[in-house]
Amino acid sequence: MAKLNIDRGTRAFTRKSKRYSIFSIAKNAASYHQKWQQAWRHAEPKSTYDAVIIGGGGHGLATAYYLANIHGITNIAVIEKGWLGGGNTGRNTTIIRSNYMWDESAAIYEHALKLWEGLSQDLNFNVMFSQRGVLTISHSEHELKGMSRRVHAIRLNGIDSDILSPSEIKKLVPTINIDPNIRYPVMGGFIQKRAGTARHDAVAWGYARAADELGVDIIQNCEVTGLRRNGNQITGIQTTKGFVKTSKVGCVVAGHSSIIADMANIRLPITSRPLQAIVSEPIKPILDTVIMSNAVHMYISQSDKGEMVLGAGVDKYNSYAQTGSWTIPEHMVAAAIDLFPFLSQLRMLRQWGGIVDTCPDASPIISKTDVKGLYFNCGWGTGGFKATPGSGHVFADLIANDRPNPIALPFGLKRFETGYLIDEHGAAGVAH
Amino acid sequence: MLKIKCPFCGVRDESEFSCGGEAHIARPTTDLKLTDKIFSEYLFMKYNPKGVFLERWCHTSGCRRWFNLARDTVSHEIIEIYPMGVFPKTVKGKKAYQANWRRKSKYEAVSKPAKRTKK
Ligand SMILES: Cc1cc2nc3c(=O)[nH]c(=O)nc-3n(C[C@H](O)[C@H](O)[C@H](O)COP(=O)(O)OP(=O)(O)OC[C@H]3O[C@@H](n4cnc5c(N)ncnc54)[C@H](O)[C@@H]3O)c2cc1C
Ligand SMILES: [Zn+2]
Repeated sequence: MAKLNIDRGTRAFTRKSKRYSIFSIAKNAASYHQKWQQAWRHAEPKSTYDAVIIGGGGHGLATAYYLANIHGITNIAVIEKGWLGGGNTGRNTTIIRSNYMWDESAAIYEHALKLWEGLSQDLNFNVMFSQRGVLTISHSEHELKGMSRRVHAIRLNGIDSDILSPSEIKKLVPTINIDPNIRYPVMGGFIQKRAGTARHDAVAWGYARAADELGVDIIQNCEVTGLRRNGNQITGIQTTKGFVKTSKVGCVVAGHSSIIADMANIRLPITSRPLQAIVSEPIKPILDTVIMSNAVHMYISQSDKGEMVLGAGVDKYNSYAQTGSWTIPEHMVAAAIDLFPFLSQLRMLRQWGGIVDTCPDASPIISKTDVKGLYFNCGWGTGGFKATPGSGHVFADLIANDRPNPIALPFGLKRFETGYLIDEHGAAGVAH
Repeated sequence: MLKIKCPFCGVRDESEFSCGGEAHIARPTTDLKLTDKIFSEYLFMKYNPKGVFLERWCHTSGCRRWFNLARDTVSHEIIEIYPMGVFPKTVKGKKAYQANWRRKSKYEAVSKPAKRTKK
């Protein structure tokens, strides 16, 4: 598996006055919290930038932050059509893990996990990264065998992964029923202890604030409506706030990737599908790990507020409406109750959907294109939140140096011509 | 939840159907002569519009027959339902057919059966 030294950058928050700390909390408490400085400026587009990032989700903001902090490219803008993190970043169920089977995936997700482990310090912003463990349970002999194969493959890459017996699972999750005579008996499972969750909004805000500190313009409520090129070179973007000149454009728009690609007349293997989640009313803490079941097809965790957070697989047809079909939550709830019967007593509070960019091999695209200066970072589909820091890190490197580094290299668009697919559907068989 | 009018059984809930994805993708007939890039357009690249989309559906839990559907991917409005092997008839359906990048692609140009040369 490809490994890179983790360059966290050195340029951010050199001015002590802007740092958040226990002293700044105390100082602001004295003025009744009325005098906190703005977290980031309200920027309007300039006429020219060295690079423009389309999409103010976690991946786009992280890209801008690393471009400025590591590569020293600060005359850049992030252009977001809505509000920061209003796309999938603010809609996801925040599961973070790196226990992927193929070497290429292991490399990028582990790269991300290492960055997560120091992210709150790097950004001087609490992203509430909680390494509570992600436990995948199995309900049959065959599933268990497949799991142990995965666990060993993952370990060979130096990534933590452990098989648990039903009694060990019971110890970890007292609310689970391990009676062998139920419909979906818990036969065992595997856990990545370094995996967990983080606060999604904080990730967007933390990156935005740190990028802004380095001079990056963050422009909200501004939609990109066209790309301009001169021959084969990108020369600028058309937006609802006018034309912006630039020779480098990084597209990080998730479910809208095909729309931007159409503007440049290039093709992507992406389909846009709704992915849904639901949360229950808050209850007292009962679950301090994330639980997934592939056979029952659901996953569940408990948020810090006490809500049970439930998710499942994507909807079955293409859509840009951020809602999804009712059949999916129905299955989700049924599956959750099969696993945790007490959930039937809970009322569900909210349901929503995000438009995810699914790729034929369930792996992302981090790539140059046939148009010079136009780069795409997409295809993360149902599971890109966990990759946010790693994705931004390698994408910034790609944009700055116009060549993919060893971690990004396998994720180029060329793989759909060479056939070198990274088939995570088959390898992992798990959502998120 | 969509209500889909199966041409054979009538109106049923979406949950009885499965979606087979984009309709009217023609397979290149002269595969051996195609470059990998052009073949990959056929095999992997997607038409993924925000608007009217032509797709295939199957009434899996019913008559198990396939048909085509023109549907808006934003409002989910079903514009037209028409049989396999034919083209859409509504104005929106026809427009969606033409708007698809495949109509101008190199691979589709060679997906029509090659004409026989006279001996
Ligand atoms: C319900 C749900 C649950 C999920 N659960 C998990 C999980 O548990 N773990 C995990 O790892 N991943 C999960 N994901 C996937 C994860 O959310 C995404 O892969 C990831 O957040 C993508 O981040 P992004 O920054 O690329 O995209 P986004 O956050 O979607 O950002 C893209 C931005 O681009 C903007 N944009 C689009 N078009 C334009 C335009 N023309 N001009 C300007 N701006 C534009 C959008 O408004 C949007 O803000 C889940 C997703 C959903 C929907
Ligand atoms: Zn029928």
